[in-house]
Amino acid sequence: MSTFIQFVYFLVAVAFIVGLKAMSSPATARRGVQWAGYAMLAAVLVTFYLPGMHNYGLMITAIVIGAAIAWYLGKTVKMTDMPQMVAIYNGMGGGAAAAIAAVEFLRQDAAHHASVGLLAALGAIIGAVAFSGSCVAFAKLQGLLKKTYQVPQQNNVVFFLALFTFGIGLTIGFSSHPGGFELTIFFLLALALGALLTLPIGGADMPVVISLLNAFTGLAVGFEGYVLANPLLIVAGTVVGASGTLLTLLMAKAMNRSIRTVIFAPITGEAQETQG
Amino acid sequence: MDGMSALFIFMLAAFTGYEVIARVPVILHTPLMSGSNFIHGVVLIGGMIVLGQTPPDDAASLAIGFIAVLLGAANAAGGYVVTERMLAMFKSNKGAGEGGR
Repeated sequence: MSTFIQFVYFLVAVAFIVGLKAMSSPATARRGVQWAGYAMLAAVLVTFYLPGMHNYGLMITAIVIGAAIAWYLGKTVKMTDMPQMVAIYNGMGGGAAAAIAAVEFLRQDAAHHASVGLLAALGAIIGAVAFSGSCVAFAKLQGLLKKTYQVPQQNNVVFFLALFTFGIGLTIGFSSHPGGFELTIFFLLALALGALLTLPIGGADMPVVISLLNAFTGLAVGFEGYVLANPLLIVAGTVVGASGTLLTLLMAKAMNRSIRTVIFAPITGEAQETQG
Repeated sequence: MDGMSALFIFMLAAFTGYEVIARVPVILHTPLMSGSNFIHGVVLIGGMIVLGQTPPDDAASLAIGFIAVLLGAANAAGGYVVTERMLAMFKSNKGAGEGGR
C-alpha cells in the first residue's frame, strides 16, 4: 500500500510540473491548472490511506472548513481584487508550512538529525515571513492599509532581526525539548520580520512582492517536505521556489524596477499608492 | 531521507522550476504566479501527515496541526479557484493565433 501511495505522489509531482509548463503558454494554460487540480485531489485522497494515521475527524473538518471558505471567497470576489486573493492564499500556505514546523518542534520522540532541525527552523522562518508579509500585502491592496511605514535604519534592523530569529530557530531546531515560551517568541519574531519587510513597500510594487513571497512559501514547503521525508513536497515546493524567483525577476523587469530597489530602497510616497 | 539524495532532488527540482517558466509571456505573469501559488498548496499533504501522526492526547500539537491543515486546504482550494478564474479569461482569444509562447 505504501509503495502505491508513493507512486501516486510521484505521478502527482509529474502532473504539477507538466501543469506548470502548460500554464506558461496562453493556449494550454487552462488545461494546465486543471491537470494540477486533479493531481492535487488525488494526492489528498491517497494521503488518507497512509499507514499510521489518526484524527480523521479533525482532518476532514479542517479540510472542509478551509476549502469551503476559500472556494466561496475565490468564486465571489471581484476580478479586480484577484491579486490580493493570491496574496492571502499564499500567506495561508506559508502559515501552514510554519505550523508544520511547529508541530515537528513539539514532537519529542526522537532526537532530530542535524539537517532536519536546521531545515525545519529555516522553513518555519520563511513560512512565517511569507504569512505575515502576505497579510500586509493583502491589507495594502485591499485598501485597509493606505500608508507605508518604515522604522529608522530599516535595512539594518531587518538584517539583525533576521539574524537573531535565525539564531533562536537554530537553538530550537537542535534542542530536543523546546519550551512553549521559546517557540512563541521565535514565531512572533519571524512574523514581525515579515511585516517589517513589507510595510515600507508601496502598493504599485506589491505584485512583485507577492510573487517573491510566493517563491518564499514554495521554499518553505520544500524544506518542510525534507523534514517530513516526503519527496512530493520537496519537488513541488522547490519547483515553485525556483520558478517563483525567476517569475519575480521577470515581473520586476517588465515593470522596469529592480528587485533590490523594491525590497531595500522602497520609495515611500503618495504617487505610488494611487496605482495599487 | 538520505540528506545527499535530498540535495540532488532540490537541485534538479530547482532547475526544473527555472526551465519550466523561462519563456513565459508578460500577459501570463499574474496567472502563473497564481498557478504556482496553487501548486505550493500541496503543503496541505504535509499538514495532513503531521496531524495524522499526532497522538490523540497531545492537545497542543493537535491544535497546531489542525491550523496547518485548515490553512493548507484554504491555500489549495483558493489558489485553484483564483487561477481557474483568471485563466478562463484566456479562453475567448484562444483561436486568435497567439502562437504559444
